[in-house]
Amino acid sequence: MGKTLFDKVWDSHVVNTIENGPQILYVDKHLIHEVTSPQAFNELEDRGISVLRPDQIVATADHNTPTQNQDQPITDELSRKQLEQLSKNCKKNNIALYELGHKYNGIVHVMAPELGVTQPGITMVCGDSHTSTHGAFGAIAFGIGTSQVAQVFASQCLLLTKPKSLRVTVNGKLKNGVLPKDVILYIIAKLGTNSGTGYFCEYAGNVFEEMSMEGRMTVCNMSIEMGARGGMIAPDQATFDYVEGREFAPKGEEFENKVAYWKTLPTDKDAQFDKEYHFDAEDIEPMVTYGTNPGMGIKISERIPEVSDASFEKSLKYMNFKKGESLINKPINFVFIGSCTNSRIEDFRVAANYIKGKQKANNVTAWLVPGSKQVEAQIIKEGLKTVFEDAGFELRQPGCSACLAMNDDKIPQDEYCVSTSNRNFEGRQGQGSRTILASPLVAAATAVEGKIIDITKQLN
Amino acid sequence: MEKFTTLQSRAIPLQIENVDTDQIIPARFLKATDRKGFGDNVFRDWRYHKDGSTNSDFVLNNSKYEGSILVAGDNFGCGSSREHAAWAITDFGFKVVVSSFFADIFKGNALNNGLLPVQVSEDFLKKLLNQIENDPETMIEVNLEDQTISVKGLDVSAHFDIDSYKKTCMINGYDDIDYLVNNIKLIETFEAQKIY
Repeated sequence: MGKTLFDKVWDSHVVNTIENGPQILYVDKHLIHEVTSPQAFNELEDRGISVLRPDQIVATADHNTPTQNQDQPITDELSRKQLEQLSKNCKKNNIALYELGHKYNGIVHVMAPELGVTQPGITMVCGDSHTSTHGAFGAIAFGIGTSQVAQVFASQCLLLTKPKSLRVTVNGKLKNGVLPKDVILYIIAKLGTNSGTGYFCEYAGNVFEEMSMEGRMTVCNMSIEMGARGGMIAPDQATFDYVEGREFAPKGEEFENKVAYWKTLPTDKDAQFDKEYHFDAEDIEPMVTYGTNPGMGIKISERIPEVSDASFEKSLKYMNFKKGESLINKPINFVFIGSCTNSRIEDFRVAANYIKGKQKANNVTAWLVPGSKQVEAQIIKEGLKTVFEDAGFELRQPGCSACLAMNDDKIPQDEYCVSTSNRNFEGRQGQGSRTILASPLVAAATAVEGKIIDITKQLN
Repeated sequence: MEKFTTLQSRAIPLQIENVDTDQIIPARFLKATDRKGFGDNVFRDWRYHKDGSTNSDFVLNNSKYEGSILVAGDNFGCGSSREHAAWAITDFGFKVVVSSFFADIFKGNALNNGLLPVQVSEDFLKKLLNQIENDPETMIEVNLEDQTISVKGLDVSAHFDIDSYKKTCMINGYDDIDYLVNNIKLIETFEAQKIY
């Protein structure tokens, strides 16, 4: 029987199998940031163990960083100390750190692909559940807890039981205005938030084949929102072209040899998956969420379903929405374009293209937060910053920002935020805040109109 | 890691599904650089109102209930990989979480911190939650050796699954890092021979 893309990468990384137990899986690249690494460094120190392969670790500061005045000292004392701790730990252990202000600094899942750290066929981990993003390159990439961060520091390995395999196939032609974010929100709305638990998901079909690498990253990023530890897309020419020439990508003959190997990775025709789903691209429309988990999504023109269930009702109560209600014309005061899901150059191009020649609504506070210094530089280079500023928008500095509101970018109590991020959990964007997940296009339109509009009407 | 064999305790019923790790410990409390003290803020925004006053409607604030077993709705621990969620739950005093479904990363984090995730059927979970709500004094026994969870004095009991390696670790208080460090030679051999 043939092997899946996931099988091929996983099996090539198994160091050993414990009888009736987990496998020792080798980790090629380990990404770390300030929030989930300090306790792991402490653990190693307490045990007197050193970091085994510091040159396979890449560090950045992102979760807890301000998005304004990054050249100034950080005012929040705890945040400052956490970042200082990261610098200290990296220095002491000879780990490459792209700290605040560095030209390669950015959200871990934006900057690592940009630097060519992310490559097909490798295994990658990070103490962050959205590590699934890197699966867009045909890598096995997944989030881990801090105890596991310590394990990788100590051994460059993890003890894991091989997950089951799941394939989601989407074929057909996407409608105008339907973005990769809509595709993944649609899939999660159809399958639910725990359909992928225990599985690694492969996305297949012409919709993903035709997507840019940025779009593929958006899709794989949200795999965890249906419970899957990771998502993967088979590497192809678009992948190789993206990787080639980047800072840490293989060069010359080594690159050619790698490409030859990467071409062997796609799932074999006769490979079997434990679970399969198929969707038609034509059925997908711009999406919005109305509840407090990413599975509670509807097409923008649909009404909130009428479900009788205590958790569902608790969720609607929190959001102050009613069953059967439409979100069209809902006044919105906050818009966030950013996060590891949608803060790449393509996302800002989409937003700028819509915003150009229009004005931000007066009632709207909009935060445009690039995913990295490199994205920020590209926004300026392409003149998008001027487009945003002319329309009354402010471009902030890179970081995770209002996606999880660890820094000052918090949405106030009871306010709605149309957000391009990945989670609409209660209080995720600030205590009492109400998140509506959407694509950068829907977010941009909301910021201009000051309310949710049926974007499909403008496009057709 | 603390050893776990059996536990007899009363339990706290959390009748909510899809409890995500942002609810268990909100992001604004993740600025600490050690593992201690997260229990003070476990379920912070459900336990307290924004003005800091106690939310008496929340089950953790209901004096009827106490114990070191948390019984929660389906899909517990989804969302962020933050191990702070497992630290907050153990720091608050829980040693076992019962649910009909656990998110992968949370489950692993729990096991790495001596917190036993006990996965039961939806029917059993419903029975257990009803029993605790009807009689908050209900004593529950969790036996890791036998992989059973039972209600004391009643004929209500269920088997639960756990990876045999993880079971051994929990019973003996071992963790993965010990195992991996003891296998460095094997790992170095793999590095020298890897095919990709």
